[in-house]
Amino acid sequence: MGRLATAAGQEVIIEIGCMPVQVRSESSEFLQMIAERYSGFLNPNARPVFELNVDLVAPGRITEEEDLSVRFESGRWLIERGDLRAEWEPASRRGRIMQSPNPYSIDAALRIIHSLILAHEGGLLVHAASAVRNGKAFLFAGVSGAGKTTISRLAPPDVTLLTDEISYLQRNGHGYVAHGTPFAGELARVGENVQAPLAALYLLQKGPENAIEPVRASEAARMLLENVLFFAHDPKLVSLVFESACELVSNVPVYRLTFFPDERIWEWIA
Amino acid sequence: MSAIYIARANEVAARSLDGEMMIMSARDSTLFTLNPVGTTIWQSADGKTSLEEIVTQKVCAEFEVDPEEALKDAESFVNDLAGHGIVVVSDVPISLAKPMLGGA
Repeated sequence: MGRLATAAGQEVIIEIGCMPVQVRSESSEFLQMIAERYSGFLNPNARPVFELNVDLVAPGRITEEEDLSVRFESGRWLIERGDLRAEWEPASRRGRIMQSPNPYSIDAALRIIHSLILAHEGGLLVHAASAVRNGKAFLFAGVSGAGKTTISRLAPPDVTLLTDEISYLQRNGHGYVAHGTPFAGELARVGENVQAPLAALYLLQKGPENAIEPVRASEAARMLLENVLFFAHDPKLVSLVFESACELVSNVPVYRLTFFPDERIWEWIA
Repeated sequence: MSAIYIARANEVAARSLDGEMMIMSARDSTLFTLNPVGTTIWQSADGKTSLEEIVTQKVCAEFEVDPEEALKDAESFVNDLAGHGIVVVSDVPISLAKPMLGGA
């Protein structure tokens, strides 16, 4: 279950990308919902890297922000969207989310906070499917309709799906480690909570037949940047993400993968 | 026509990948990939050398281009970059000791 009673309320510890986050709320019903939503990613024994308190309010508009706004002010990241208002202070490693009792708002806040932390560590959250085969991770990046869900659905039994939507890449020396995430896409299936070294990045597109061709580093960086989850219009963060994308394409093979949508495509991925 | 001086802006991230210069504006996240001529101009944008000198001494020395045409293209190029805050443009040499003229 991964839920502990404490004097100040209750909590769950959600560990994504080896980064345990303690989520606290006065509502046991809300925590129960969160525990079920992130069931494969709970680790009650982990020491949290940061804490998030969730203040639940009645459903309805919480902020005036129509679009997502992520900005750094007075030592804190402020995250605002119509359905949530969150603050996160890197120095104290504490944050607060105001939202209604739904699983989507905290999911958005977690994606954003993870992306901010990863950016400072040379990692990235990428709009991509990822999977592990023979101990190696493969990333399939592309815009909506490029085939992330399709290639995930076609994966044979020996493939472990990390995500069909949001891939989590952590820097590890000169390489990268891909982690499973609970951030699901159209497949509506959370990824497996496993990790593996990233062996290749495939830029996906559907076509009449299967083909793999290498991609120039500059084009690879451009395509990767188009798929990086990038929430804050902050100059320092923009530079960090740019550097991370350039580092990744300089250290990991990148290919354009044109595929005809049937299971034969997985004969090419090993 | 008065001289044009250009300098690389502070809020940009730049990196050469396989010989191609990638530049991202930290202000609006616009990404540029410069061709070899653009890369030469970018690398020469020290705020002290006029654009005309850059074109005649660097661009024309390295590439087979018509000087007049190259200068015209270079002016258009730097104005485009300046519009995205990638470079700052001035009609006097740009010193780091005094504020640069905004390009946007």
